[in-house]
Amino acid sequence: MTGITVWPVGVVVAQVTLFVLGAPFLVGLMRTVRCRLEGRTGPPVRQTWRDLRKLLGKQRTQPEKSSVFFAMAPVVLVATTLVVVAFAPLLSIDTVFSGGSDLFAIVFLLLLGSVSLALAALDTGTAFGGMGSSRLMAIVALAEPALLVAILALAAPVHSSSLPIIVAGSLHHPMWLATPQRILAFGAFVIVILAESGRLPVDNPATHLELTMIHEALMLEYSGPDLAFVVLGESLRLLVLLALLSNLFVPWGIATSLTGLSFVVAVVSLAAKVALLATLVAAGEVMVAKLRLFRVPELLAGAFVLSVLAVLSSLVIA
Amino acid sequence: MTTWLAAIALFGLAGALGGTMAPARWRVIVVSAGTGAAAISALVVSIDVLHTGRVVSIATSRLLPFTGVQLHLDPMGALFVAITAAVAVAVSVYIVGYSNHHPMTRSSACAFPIFVTSMLLIPAAWSVTTFLFGWELMAVASLVLVLTDHRRSPDVRSAAIWYAVLTQIGAASIAFALVLLAAKTGGQGFSVMAQHSAAVSPWLRGTVFMLALTGFASKAGVVPLHVWLPKAHAEAPSAVSALMSAAMVNLGIYGIVRVGDTLLGGGPAWWWIAVIVLGVASAIYGSIHAATSTDLKRLLAYSTADNIGLVMIAVGTSGLLTATGHPAYAALALFAGMFHLVNHAVFKGTLFLSAGSVQYATGTRDLDQLGGLFLRMPIASTIFAFGTVAITALPPLCGFVSEWLLLQSLLHGLSSSVTVSVVLMPLCVAALALTGGLTAAAFVKAFGVGFLGIARSLAAADAHEPPRMMNVGAGLLASLCVLFGVVPVVMVGLLNSAVREVQSGAGSTVGSRGEALAIANTRGVFDPTFIALALVTSMLVVLGARQFVSRRHAVRRAPVWGCGRELQTPRMTYTATSFAEPLQRVFDDVLQPSQDLDVSHRGESRYFVESVRFGTRGGDAFERLLYQPVFALVRAVANKARLLQNGSVHRYLAYGLGALVVVLVFAR
Repeated sequence: MTGITVWPVGVVVAQVTLFVLGAPFLVGLMRTVRCRLEGRTGPPVRQTWRDLRKLLGKQRTQPEKSSVFFAMAPVVLVATTLVVVAFAPLLSIDTVFSGGSDLFAIVFLLLLGSVSLALAALDTGTAFGGMGSSRLMAIVALAEPALLVAILALAAPVHSSSLPIIVAGSLHHPMWLATPQRILAFGAFVIVILAESGRLPVDNPATHLELTMIHEALMLEYSGPDLAFVVLGESLRLLVLLALLSNLFVPWGIATSLTGLSFVVAVVSLAAKVALLATLVAAGEVMVAKLRLFRVPELLAGAFVLSVLAVLSSLVIA
Repeated sequence: MTTWLAAIALFGLAGALGGTMAPARWRVIVVSAGTGAAAISALVVSIDVLHTGRVVSIATSRLLPFTGVQLHLDPMGALFVAITAAVAVAVSVYIVGYSNHHPMTRSSACAFPIFVTSMLLIPAAWSVTTFLFGWELMAVASLVLVLTDHRRSPDVRSAAIWYAVLTQIGAASIAFALVLLAAKTGGQGFSVMAQHSAAVSPWLRGTVFMLALTGFASKAGVVPLHVWLPKAHAEAPSAVSALMSAAMVNLGIYGIVRVGDTLLGGGPAWWWIAVIVLGVASAIYGSIHAATSTDLKRLLAYSTADNIGLVMIAVGTSGLLTATGHPAYAALALFAGMFHLVNHAVFKGTLFLSAGSVQYATGTRDLDQLGGLFLRMPIASTIFAFGTVAITALPPLCGFVSEWLLLQSLLHGLSSSVTVSVVLMPLCVAALALTGGLTAAAFVKAFGVGFLGIARSLAAADAHEPPRMMNVGAGLLASLCVLFGVVPVVMVGLLNSAVREVQSGAGSTVGSRGEALAIANTRGVFDPTFIALALVTSMLVVLGARQFVSRRHAVRRAPVWGCGRELQTPRMTYTATSFAEPLQRVFDDVLQPSQDLDVSHRGESRYFVESVRFGTRGGDAFERLLYQPVFALVRAVANKARLLQNGSVHRYLAYGLGALVVVLVFAR
């Protein structure tokens, strides 16, 4: 941590500010896309921000028999995601804080957020909390192998799991992007991201029907500012995952030096890439129905097979 | 330092003798002091050996007849001594509180110091007889301790029998392997054996390794020899379970490393592939069972099988990479494995000790009967929470660091570009990841269902904080979880020293760059201290932001949403069984639960159901499918053998005559 210059700190501050401000817009954008494709007008894109502002002004409530785990889960959820946002190479690969931007470390940091939310749901002592918690942990347990093996496929060519090195590797070797292992790993990543962020076909973010929901059941007891933090945390998480996905597979535009111009280019290109990905995900959600809960393991097993094939093909080709 | 090494045995012996003779009131104090003193002397000598790299040895011909006792503590052995010693110190403190309600019996007072002392001295044993003597002493003493509560339930007796049989099969297998090697190398000292083992034929070396692997795997609780683990760990008093799970099973790993690397000097790839396969099997099987168990201590026991499996994967990878000519990566894998072993001892010790606190406070270890303990016993629950975060490999505690190192070693094993490792490594990563995810599910269940929410029984509702010494003992280990997770560099030098002993010439594998861990010859840098600081800062900032936006209103306590019902009873909440149901369904083929559905109809018509009973029992599939047939076979053979014995003296005399003739003919 010695030798921190002003610029890298500036990058950290910029990443955190832009991502926190942008995350609710991402959710708004996806909702608008869905509404338009379904032939409805829908709320404006900035509606999520309006909702958050309203929620932040309310009183905090806490279930009678719950403990500090319920109270702290929204904080932990947002804080873990913010650590990832601050130190992952989202806008620039030239970062001094490489000790904090390891891809495996990011996975475990995000897992900490999920686990704290699952514990908070059990802390409420209701049937819904337990249901959401149990389902979330089952999905996390099964998504983990696919995720880590897919990371292995990306890390193997550069012999490192450090995110800046992986991204720099694909910048220097554009041919890697079209190799079979990249495409297979991409597939695995997309499935895992959909599962982890509770999108269709794993979970329907628009539903409020108790028996089918996962994420909604987890945060059923939250209201007011706590709910705002959970919503912010979840949307931030989706934004980070999509940004990581686009940087890992289509890294062009990311700043390699810390000049003002390259930084602006990085912000604009990342925003464009994430908006495109989000639009595709939202459009896809219009087309598919939610899977039965007990079919989800099959989907995740499919993702796992894709990632194992990605590792094997990367080694066969090398 | 030889004095300190001798002091371990003397303090242990003093504890055992004093504990046996002291009046009941003083018994636990004497035992705790003796064991604690032995553990502290062991800690001193082992840290010194790890720090300076100087071997400490004692050889005396006065103790065991014919062969004498040879002790020789090298850095690899010292690492295991240090792990056991750290756990033993914490447990010695813990038992003082535990004996408030469960006074220590005379037999446990005798067995407890002997158990700890034998575990402390086994890694220093440097000849076959010394090693086997210590090994048997450990087995017998631990068996006595497992039987502590034998009056409570027949399950305890059955668990002890399972443990005794499997541990004796293991011991026989180890004895056979070591004696075979000693016979072929012409000496029973480990130095002599190591010197001459290279000249032994490859087949014999393979046989020795496989026998030793079987024996040590049964001690380490590796699938399929793990069946004693969930039984004995669950039924033994928690202090003993903590020692068994955090210290004794490690010695199985020690044996594999010692025999494979020191005595045999490494071996062909297939030995280590066998180790990896066993590791993968027990990691996955253990974690699936842990995710679906509802008994807190069974869950912890299965999770031990899972973590030991991960260490086996690392040890096997290390051997495989040595065999294929990548000593630097091999050293990394061994480093990762040993670090995970240290961390496992620390967090599993924490978890078993606080599970003991739960059992002390509520009288049950069934998660379905617990709930809401956090509000009633906050300190003990917080200690369990630390263990939970550490075992789930979440930042910023210790499991996170060793899990990262394990993943790195597999990643670099992948780049060794040998076909075998190319196929094996992704599968190992998958096993690691699956166990990681299932462990998260298992411990969210253990902590969330057991300690949060609302109480599901009167026992849980009346729970109270255990005696202070119990919390202090468990808290000691919990603080090590934090230390090794936030400042892992404190362990780097010690672990490098142990790894160099086995992988000589590898240099230091993992270096420290400031507080960051840096892997030699690669670009991987990883800074757990930085991540921990960032996490704490970020949490403080977010917490401050929330306090700021809600500064005008106090927090309102409100009843939960009950879908319009007024009353929320514990029966409506999720239990551990229902929490595990999705995973139970997914892994149905592995778990093979036996279910019975019992529908009774009304007399007048079978369309009217009077009552439905549904029961499901999740036994161990290996017990049913592997062990029961073996038992049936043994019983059948034994029944046939009874034909030989009908009680007639004439017949026995005839047998004697026959045997004599055979001996005379063949012996000459």
